Amino acid sequence: MIEWLIGIFLAIGVIFNLLASIGLLRFPDVYTRIHAATKCTTFGTIFIVLATVTYAIYSYFWVENDPSWITIGIHSALVVIFLVLTNPVGAHAIGRAARKSGIRPHGAVIDELEGRL
Amino acid sequence: MTIDGMFMWAMILLLFSATLTLIRLLAGPTIPDRAVALDSMTTTTAGAMVAYGVITRQAVFIDVALVYAVLSYIATLYIARYLVKKRVGIACECEGEGT
Repeated sequence: MIEWLIGIFLAIGVIFNLLASIGLLRFPDVYTRIHAATKCTTFGTIFIVLATVTYAIYSYFWVENDPSWITIGIHSALVVIFLVLTNPVGAHAIGRAARKSGIRPHGAVIDELEGRL
Repeated sequence: MTIDGMFMWAMILLLFSATLTLIRLLAGPTIPDRAVALDSMTTTTAGAMVAYGVITRQAVFIDVALVYAVLSYIATLYIARYLVKKRVGIACECEGEGT
């Protein structure tokens, strides 16, 4: 039962990280690459850490009463809290900087930000 | 398959994904492409470090992942600031252009 839960969480995380890599390789310009990379890696890492926390809680309460499992669970939760707080801010800064340094979106026809930056 | 085996396969596939991201980091045409690839590779590697910390039962690797994520965030913001200002250095308000 717990093996299936952890396996499903790990599979979702790994599949989303691989999709982020494929999107980063295949998309045409920097804005679509930001779209693929940031959202998919954040979502995938959330699920990797969710599997870790599930395994830590299960191992601490049902298998062995070892306090290092509590350390592993809490520190993994800290990792994902930092990633969720910092990744969208970094992506937004990179996108804004790319537009301000003069990179146009691929195939764009109308640019409403032309004289406003 | 045991749970540790599943974490091992997850770590291997995450490192493979980070390797695919490295191609875009080396071949990206512009600077924001490389910055985005670096950010994505760091997040993926942090996930792999968490999985490795679970495999070896040591929380040290998870602390390393935490510091790695925070340093990646600072590096991304600094690259973005360089792209806007075209100048390396700490914050300078002497030109009156605003933030």
